[in-house]
Amino acid sequence: MSVASRKAVGAGLTLLTGAAAALVVAMLAVILVDVVRGGAGRVSWEFLTSAPEEGMTAGGIFPAIYGTAVMTLLMTVAVMPVGVLTAVYLHEYAPPRSRMAALVRVAVTNLAGVPSIVFGLFGLGFFIQFAGGALDRALSPPGELHYGRPALLWAALTLAVLTLPVVIVATEEALRAVPREHRDASLALGATRSQTLARVVLPQALPGILTGAILAVARGAGEVAPILFTGVAYFLPELPGSVWSQFMHLGYHVYVLATQSPDVEATRPLLYATVFVLLALTFALNLVAIAIRTRTRRKAAAGH
Amino acid sequence: MTSIPHPAASAAKMETRRLEIRYGAKAAVKDVSLTLPDRQVTALIGPSGCGKSTFLRALNRMNDLIPGSSASGEILLDGRSIYAGHLDAVELRRRVGMVFQKSNPFPKSIFENVAYGLRIGGLSDRRELGERIERSLRSAALWDEVKDRLAESAMGLSGGQQQRLCIARALAVEPEVLLMDEPASALDPIATAKIEDLIHELKVRYTIAIVTHNMQQAARVSDQTAFFYMGELVEVGPTEQIFTTPRQQRTEDYVTGKFG
Repeated sequence: MSVASRKAVGAGLTLLTGAAAALVVAMLAVILVDVVRGGAGRVSWEFLTSAPEEGMTAGGIFPAIYGTAVMTLLMTVAVMPVGVLTAVYLHEYAPPRSRMAALVRVAVTNLAGVPSIVFGLFGLGFFIQFAGGALDRALSPPGELHYGRPALLWAALTLAVLTLPVVIVATEEALRAVPREHRDASLALGATRSQTLARVVLPQALPGILTGAILAVARGAGEVAPILFTGVAYFLPELPGSVWSQFMHLGYHVYVLATQSPDVEATRPLLYATVFVLLALTFALNLVAIAIRTRTRRKAAAGH
Repeated sequence: MTSIPHPAASAAKMETRRLEIRYGAKAAVKDVSLTLPDRQVTALIGPSGCGKSTFLRALNRMNDLIPGSSASGEILLDGRSIYAGHLDAVELRRRVGMVFQKSNPFPKSIFENVAYGLRIGGLSDRRELGERIERSLRSAALWDEVKDRLAESAMGLSGGQQQRLCIARALAVEPEVLLMDEPASALDPIATAKIEDLIHELKVRYTIAIVTHNMQQAARVSDQTAFFYMGELVEVGPTEQIFTTPRQQRTEDYVTGKFG
């Protein structure tokens, strides 16, 4: 190859890869600019704190924010203990080369690859019909459905299953990062395995576990498909009164505003503003996760 | 294999009889019978991979944590097997403490590092904790350097201070035996000298076994020296005799630096 053609190939590749990278940034920029321009101006205190009115052509999105928040909170409460305990078993208690642990890891990997609408159907089948149905047969008067119907709790549990892999992987990662020397030091001082876990390993892994929790929240808060059949409502005049109520949700509200409005023009600013709020929330959560992770890394680097 | 009684014979604090330790099919320690005399320093020397660290870690059952390791033969503490029912690994490790090659303080305050073993042992009285911690830090010759910053992170200490902190942490639970695995190998000469002085002071109260690659260090700090080679105990005797008139050719070659 001549010098000129080598240079041409080099320049061509720089251009091609650079263009691909620029395209990614550009797409994100277009989305952000469009959402901010269309939505930021419409977001006000009133918009954030009032309910939709007049067939969703006026009013705010408070019930959707509230529903999203409560659902996400319930989901976190459900997913963290199970996820953390699973990761602790996998990393701390399972014997090396354990078949059981290998099986759980395969299951976790596959769970992460399941399309989210399938989780929605799973939630409908397992939580509502199987678990809820069983509760109704046991507790409700014959013919009445109290538990076997879409509800805040079932939606939260479905999302908990969806976000389980995120928590398990993050927690295992965090446990792996605790130096062996610290475990040895603890055991050599006469600590039991559980004391070592509680006093040395988990405190050091905590920032990593929290990062996992926030990533799970960021993922779970934005998912719509898993809650379609399991608890979300198109419109509710009241806030959910218990975990057995249905609820409104930001992501689903975006879908409703975009497709179900009687007056597209009147709804558009509301739609933009809702998307803006949803994006802002997700970004904020991701930023918190990144901040925690950076701080942990810095601390770990300073530790040795 | 040679084993002679120590001339200044004092009671055996720990003793192994025909100890063999395997990692899977490979024997890392073969047929080692060795006595750690009460309140004396025993140096374990030998080239890398000779089994001396494995031997040391068997004495407080830290080897048990390595998957695939197994031990046969006997290990006695005060004449009783450490595998017998009256003692589990947790209790054993409170009586037989350990200081590691790489200083490994917890990412906690200086106070909490030394308090760790006491807290897990159930001590929570603040005043008594404070007294025990001061005593341990004094024993480890660290008190004067850290007494004004006990609440600060142990990670801010120098390497030598961190290692003395680890010694203080091990002393706090008041063990009877102290195992030291190359405790000064990562330290500069001044910090090393401090650790060696410390060993001299500690042997008044503790039975000490120290693994070292440094011949001068073994000669300076120990009363008895055991030379390991390829998993076997080649020779053990009073330190002076091992370094001046070893009875085995391999020992002489090693201590005079012909190999190793």
